Amino acid sequence: MAAITEPQLGPNLEEPAGWRRTKNRMATVLMVVSFVLVIIPLVFVLYTVVAKGIKIISWSFLTSGPIPPNVAPADVGGIGPAVLGTIEIVALATAMAVPLGVLGAIYLNEYGGKGVLARLIGFFSDVMTGVPSIVMGLFIFSIWVLHFQFSGFAGALALGCLMLPVVIRSTDEMLKLVPNPLREGSYALGASKARVTVTVVLPAAIGGIVSGALLAIARAAGETAPLLFTILTVTTANPNPFSGPNTSLPSQIFANATSPYVGAQDRAWGTALTLIVIAFVLMIAARIITARFSRFSR
Amino acid sequence: MEQPEQDITANPQLTETANPPLPKTATEPQVRPEQYAAPGETVFDVENVSCYYSAFRAVTDVSLAIHENEITAFIGPSGCGKTTVLRTLNRMNDLVAGARVEGDVRYRGASLYGKDVSPIAVRRRIGMVFQKPNPFPKSIYDNVAYGPRINGEHNKGKLNEIVERSLHQAALWDEVKDRLGKSGLSLSGGQAQRLCIARTLAVEPDVVLMDEPCSALDPIATGAIEDLMKEIKSRYTIVIVTHNMQQATRVSDRTAFFSVLRNEKSDTRTGVLVEYGPTEKIFHDPSDPRTEAYVTGQMG
Repeated sequence: MAAITEPQLGPNLEEPAGWRRTKNRMATVLMVVSFVLVIIPLVFVLYTVVAKGIKIISWSFLTSGPIPPNVAPADVGGIGPAVLGTIEIVALATAMAVPLGVLGAIYLNEYGGKGVLARLIGFFSDVMTGVPSIVMGLFIFSIWVLHFQFSGFAGALALGCLMLPVVIRSTDEMLKLVPNPLREGSYALGASKARVTVTVVLPAAIGGIVSGALLAIARAAGETAPLLFTILTVTTANPNPFSGPNTSLPSQIFANATSPYVGAQDRAWGTALTLIVIAFVLMIAARIITARFSRFSR
Repeated sequence: MEQPEQDITANPQLTETANPPLPKTATEPQVRPEQYAAPGETVFDVENVSCYYSAFRAVTDVSLAIHENEITAFIGPSGCGKTTVLRTLNRMNDLVAGARVEGDVRYRGASLYGKDVSPIAVRRRIGMVFQKPNPFPKSIYDNVAYGPRINGEHNKGKLNEIVERSLHQAALWDEVKDRLGKSGLSLSGGQAQRLCIARTLAVEPDVVLMDEPCSALDPIATGAIEDLMKEIKSRYTIVIVTHNMQQATRVSDRTAFFSVLRNEKSDTRTGVLVEYGPTEKIFHDPSDPRTEAYVTGQMG
């Protein structure tokens, strides 16, 4: 090829060999290696759950009940009661935690300012994020279940306590991202603080708020520990979350996977896949909603 | 809220009411045949105003009168308190934690910092355009209709009328009339600033405060906004902060020159009003040597 032998014209623009170039390459290699290390367990978990769970999943597995005893083979019955229970409990927890969390974050960011109360609430909300989920379960057990018995609502209370700080934190971060000039623009037209918050700040942040809330919901849907002491994990469907013991997908995984029977273990894999699919659908929904709400933002 | 009949803030009414009556000013342009013409009615009377941010005194002892249907320019070096003074005129500084105003600002005779004065009612009359265009992340239509809507106007026909009129006034209608549903953030810098002006005009304010409205714009967009200011001044009173002295000479009737006093002992800087008068006089026959040094470019 002629180009190779052609003499170099003009200045040499290549990165010169040396310590700088070595550092650059080392950093690149390090990042690729870290990425691969992070992705390996994720792919492995997903592959195992899908491979073991997919053969058991069917419409009747998802809808029929009651959940058969552990000794039953995998093709008997289904986990319908757990699907119903999870939907009831998570929906109730969401209805309690999301509005409260969003309002709390609005207070922290728009009203509380740098006041003592706002800083105190922000601090304790952060502390609450670090409370182990089983402690939340015990807390609800001692203040609710001991007086009012096991119920889906008790489980929802425990999950709500877990979701609340997550919703507050994610909403707070989103509200902080709303540029101050937008608020001032609204104030300059004679808007009150409440009006500015409702008509400018929240619409500007709604995409992030919704996806933050959906992530909190997905997270709560997979929690097992807080439900152990609050819903009792039965095998029959209970459409009334306010009275009587209930059941849920994660606690069924726990109950089935820890048993020595092959049928139960297969059921646990199928249930795990169901749960992952639910979380996945929520993530996708979060993406779509974020994109939809931010259609005016560029 | 109960309103005492002879309240000193009763004219104009700056306390919160459901439907504040807007003071309608004369729409006839004032004719000024000779130089240094007699000014129109006083809109703002700023008396010995000092502004503090917590313990820091940003600007001190400002006294000036701003007149109806004129464009008043605030010029001066950075940090001299022009913007701070501008923001005291519609109580925007209330939004800054720790900000405090001493002295008195009277708006058409009523004290802006009186006890029962609602900043919301003040800002409905005294609008503001900011340095960086800040359209809301809403459609162009909703941006302009925002002000009327929060003031209780929900009639579709009326809103259409207001949006079209305001966009015409801001010389933006022809460029956006076919895409009113598009995002306000899709506009270029100059268009976005005119959208913000249209949004301000939509609530039919008495006064429009402009904080360096052209500093982020190219000369053509700047020219468009200056033409627009001259056009609307027959209906509004305009106060503009600018770093651009040519802009002040081009558009303003009256100019206030601010400067910075440096305290050697504590190494703090405080803005002061050096000279205030007709723009012609400030630029061609200033009485203070500091003004002369600044306008002739001997001092930055």
